[in-house]
Amino acid sequence: MTAAAPASRSTVERRRARRFTADEVTISHVVWRLVAGVAVFLVFIAPYVVMFFSSVKSKSEIRSVDPTYLPETWHWKNYVSMWSTPETPLPHNLLSTVVIAVLATVLVLLVSLPASYYLARFRFPGRMAFMFMVIVTQMLQPAVLTSGLFRQFLQLDLLDTWWAMVFINAAFSLSFAVWIMHSFFASVPKEIDEAAQLDGAGRLTVLFRINLPLVWPGVVTAIIFTFVSCWNEFAASLVILSSAEKQPLSVALTKFVGQYETSWQYVFGVSVVAIVPVVLLFMLIEKRMVSGLMAGSVK
Amino acid sequence: MRNNTDEKPNLAGVAASHPRTPRRAAGTSWRDTMAALPWIGPAIILVIGVVVYPAGLMIYNSFRNISRSGVDKGPAGFDNYLEVFNFPYFMPILLRTVIWVVVVVAITLVISLALAQLLNKAFPGRMLVRLAVIIPWAASVVMTTLVFYYSLEPYFGIINKFLFDIGLLDDSSGYGWTKNANSAFAWSIVVAIFVSLPFTTYTILSGLQSVPEETLEAAKLDGAGPARSYIHVVLPQLRPALSVAGLINVINVFNSLPILKTMTGSLPGYDADTIMTLIFKYIQTNNKIDVASALSVIYFAIVILIVAVYIYVVKPMREV
Repeated sequence: MTAAAPASRSTVERRRARRFTADEVTISHVVWRLVAGVAVFLVFIAPYVVMFFSSVKSKSEIRSVDPTYLPETWHWKNYVSMWSTPETPLPHNLLSTVVIAVLATVLVLLVSLPASYYLARFRFPGRMAFMFMVIVTQMLQPAVLTSGLFRQFLQLDLLDTWWAMVFINAAFSLSFAVWIMHSFFASVPKEIDEAAQLDGAGRLTVLFRINLPLVWPGVVTAIIFTFVSCWNEFAASLVILSSAEKQPLSVALTKFVGQYETSWQYVFGVSVVAIVPVVLLFMLIEKRMVSGLMAGSVK
Repeated sequence: MRNNTDEKPNLAGVAASHPRTPRRAAGTSWRDTMAALPWIGPAIILVIGVVVYPAGLMIYNSFRNISRSGVDKGPAGFDNYLEVFNFPYFMPILLRTVIWVVVVVAITLVISLALAQLLNKAFPGRMLVRLAVIIPWAASVVMTTLVFYYSLEPYFGIINKFLFDIGLLDDSSGYGWTKNANSAFAWSIVVAIFVSLPFTTYTILSGLQSVPEETLEAAKLDGAGPARSYIHVVLPQLRPALSVAGLINVINVFNSLPILKTMTGSLPGYDADTIMTLIFKYIQTNNKIDVASALSVIYFAIVILIVAVYIYVVKPMREV
């Protein structure tokens, strides 16, 4: 007894001491993390810094044999002159990118909002089958079905139209939107709906007036993800859209590769214009990606 | 939360015709399905119309003989599949596809584990680093690849210049990385890892945040060092996050077209192709939509197999 008591006290003390040193974040810890953090930061922004610097270099500097890290002269005029280049009609390509991404996102929202709400509130025969369909299509991408999509839109006489890409983008982004919004709707207590219905509110009023204000973070996340993936879609657009004016920027820019004298400064100017808005959108939902990725398993 | 939906299977006006008879937890009548249709019907139509139908059409076309101008000339049996397998470059391309997926996913997972560990720790400026890591995820893969392609150009590429300046290249004119199938393919792997890192890192990061603080403290109290507690406490709890990250990454890399198309698309021959780029060569360059369909069907079957593994391992249906 007498021997055991001091022994156990000393282990407690030792444990306490160890916990203290282990939990205390020393200055050197922070310095190492900071150094690693700076390195990671530099690696991840490097390509985009090169992209930006190249976009303001002059035509001769961009192809100079001893390349410069920083632009010698800042040719901001590139951002004006780049829209009229012979390789591809870039203003049309930008318009196509915007129109297809916006229309597809609207379509996804119109279709997935009621579906995800209903799935979160009601059980019905076939619900599990529907959820299964959502999970499977979430893993599919247009690339693997492109040859089928090409023949289908040939049959429908919709080849080389914006509508074809709107439908394709919407169909392949739909499941993720349903999935993430469903989990948000499910977290709203059913009692709120019932209370509103007792007050005489209809189903749609309950959805838009009562639920939407509560689940809007999920809706915003779904909208941004859908928009960004439609904005960047490449494989199906490459085959479905054959006329230069209708192609989105992702397809149009590949035409510069392998040219005898590529106007890289224009390629990168357009890239900067196309990348900045979607990167900002993604940054808005950064927090949600940490918390909600496992639930939604985003592509 | 999950029980919310268990009780009243419908409120949409049909309730009146069903007086308060006790019902099974899940809705059982077709009326309930019909009541659901206005809400979920458009989603079903979209998926059947633009995912299921083209998949079926693709399988059908893979057994048809379709001319270069697109005219269906009748049944072809397994000819299209035979043409795929008899294509002299098929086996090397298949092997290269496996290398592409395995190397990219394995290296991505290893780097992501370290990155997530760092981003989960407190340090000044962490938010900025997290936001930087997101950029390749949001940016168009084509555009990211174009920067690499330009930077790898001999004479005026900045990567060549950088490698020369830090002493890794001894020729200031650089090396024509993208002019040669093997080096262009190797650099494509680098780009693929770079653009795969954000998603994987963020998935692991969200997994890390679900590791309870107590388990780490308990490990410390038991005398486990950082390495031991990472391997024995953190990693086992990261299993679900790692399976999600790994399997979705496999599918994404497997389906990836833009990187190789941009990096190696202007090279003649088939020495840097994966099956995905080969499919697009059959569609675009060779105008053989029937053979492209056969190849896509094989590819599609593999994707479905991976999805089945995903559903078996991750069990996403538990959540619904």
